[in-house]
Amino acid sequence: MATKKEQWTEKVWKPSVERFAERRETFQTTSEIKIDPVYTPEDLNAVDYDQEIGMPGEFPFTRGVQPNMYRGRLWTMRQYSGFASAEESNRRYRYLMEQGQTGLSIAFDLPTQTGYDSDHELALGEVGKAGVPISSLADMEIVMEGIPLDKVSTSMTINSTASLLLCYYIATAKKQGVDPKILAGTVQNDILKEYIARGTQIYPPQPSMRLVTDLFEYCAEETPRWNTISISGYHMREAGCTAAQELGFTLADGISYVEAAIKAGLDVDSFGPQLSFFFVAQSNLLEEVAKYRAARRLWAKIMKDRFGAKNPRSMMVRFHTQTAGVSLTAQQIDNNVVRSTLQALAAVLGGTQSLHTNSRDEALALPTEDAVKLSLRTQQVLAYEAGITDTVDPLAGSYYVEKLTSELEEAATKYIEEIDKRKGAVVAIEEGYQQQEIADSAYRFQMEVESKDRIVVGVNDFVEEEDTHIGIFRIDPEETRRHIARLEKVRADRDDERVATALRNLEAIARGTGNPVPAILECVEAYATTGEICDVFREVFGTYDPATAL
Amino acid sequence: MTSSTDIKRIMVAKPGLDGHDRGAKVVARALRDAGFEVIYTGIRQTPEMIVQAAIQEDVDAIGLSILSGAHLDLFPLVIDGLNENDMGHIPIFCGGIIPKEDYQALYDIGVKGVFGPGTTLQTIIDFINELPAKE
Repeated sequence: MATKKEQWTEKVWKPSVERFAERRETFQTTSEIKIDPVYTPEDLNAVDYDQEIGMPGEFPFTRGVQPNMYRGRLWTMRQYSGFASAEESNRRYRYLMEQGQTGLSIAFDLPTQTGYDSDHELALGEVGKAGVPISSLADMEIVMEGIPLDKVSTSMTINSTASLLLCYYIATAKKQGVDPKILAGTVQNDILKEYIARGTQIYPPQPSMRLVTDLFEYCAEETPRWNTISISGYHMREAGCTAAQELGFTLADGISYVEAAIKAGLDVDSFGPQLSFFFVAQSNLLEEVAKYRAARRLWAKIMKDRFGAKNPRSMMVRFHTQTAGVSLTAQQIDNNVVRSTLQALAAVLGGTQSLHTNSRDEALALPTEDAVKLSLRTQQVLAYEAGITDTVDPLAGSYYVEKLTSELEEAATKYIEEIDKRKGAVVAIEEGYQQQEIADSAYRFQMEVESKDRIVVGVNDFVEEEDTHIGIFRIDPEETRRHIARLEKVRADRDDERVATALRNLEAIARGTGNPVPAILECVEAYATTGEICDVFREVFGTYDPATAL
Repeated sequence: MTSSTDIKRIMVAKPGLDGHDRGAKVVARALRDAGFEVIYTGIRQTPEMIVQAAIQEDVDAIGLSILSGAHLDLFPLVIDGLNENDMGHIPIFCGGIIPKEDYQALYDIGVKGVFGPGTTLQTIIDFINELPAKE
């Protein structure tokens, strides 16, 4: 017998559409999930509330990882920032804290991310551009000057050189008299998505995976409050993939890290609670909310059923969100404030633990201080005025959102199964699978924009003639000169014998099977430089040369 | 396809350390679909590597993409390298996160086209088709 929805579709909807055609032949989400004209309780017949949705703070955590979510503590407002020099970045962090930001998020420049000193030839033009340059401990000491490391939590977007930057941070904390055991924060340390989409990898995948799990092991003992990894979908989505692919590829990377750590002899519940995640917030509001809910449910099941985790904290997806840089337009840039607001709303309705909102001018250059302040104010308006923080997971029970949550979980599971079939994320990356999927999605998106099948306001419709010369932010080259002068002074003033011994010791451990993190800390405290320390690993591990597919 | 130019082989290159190549790849694929032979260098190329690749691949045009802000430091080095190898006639176009304020400086060093965010692929294809024929 036809269901109520089927009857309605036949008898009411079809005749109506025959008279007045809908705006499109078919409607679908960005993940190509077909959207019905309406959702009803029938769509949720297969969803068992207790099993699949449940209560906040309880397995499978669909509704959130804390019992009371934002009624207790709001998300951490964390603006990703860093530029020019240690001094300038320190000033910006202190400014943001004064404006009510509640956590730090450090952007490092590309030489720091790829393990070169700022005066290396490959660093030309890149020093201080995409973030703050850290060539030695001396720089990190300045970055954190006047910032109490026992009180703030700090997120560091750092991957190939994650253990090194964490060591700079630990050494700085020790100098401030802060016990590393109480340090709170995150290193991104997600090397797999670098090969797939972000491109700051240095070494080949196998030794890189060792560095990742060695950091898990070190932090479980030495910095128990530190998130040892932020398994990131953000960059893959920015590179072009869909919401379902973001979910599937991210959790597949997560599975590979857990497998690698277990293989290295770690117990899943020893490192599981220190895993964290990072997703984008794009503009398709309800699909994004469903994505975060599906991520929590799916990862909880994976950790429990696949890896036998016992500690509920090992099963929780705690995640950071950033609004979508790729959605920002260079045209009519004020529209970007609206986009970021909408995206931030999705993140909050999806239960994020921390949030960065992009600034209006970022399709053109680094954001000005005023633009960054407006981004922070956006979060504050959502937190204090919109009323969305007063009850937990307010969109739960929406027939559409619940259905979409299930459909995204299903779609992501298919990608995970495909990666399992290829024997895991590392092999799939070496085969170029995720890269190809992402490139295909990116190209399809651009074709939709070109054909106006997809409208981007101000770009392919509602276009205005405008003067886009806005006051943009630029790096003062004097800052770079001052930074490099400090690096030269560090090299001149340090105890060369101590540096050489520490680097030799690090090399011996890298060649063996021991955990290199304590040896890195020794190098850092002797004022060995970023380039010197990474050269040791380059020598032992070699470097990665990607095959590039279009 | 009909074309007013004899540009056949195009290299799309990513100078500098930045790994964001969504735009570079989309442009490369669109040019390929438009009938050109396209060589994509991959990320993290030095100016010297780009010049060497341009010589070896005997390309007719080069597209450079940078999103890190290093364009004013690195593009001139690519152009100098081409000039030193008697390849200064190869037209260069570019895209990425490039402020409008920098466009003139890029034209001044010899860049033929700057394509910022929101540029349609057709605009870039048309630009290449309209490049003057080689002597």
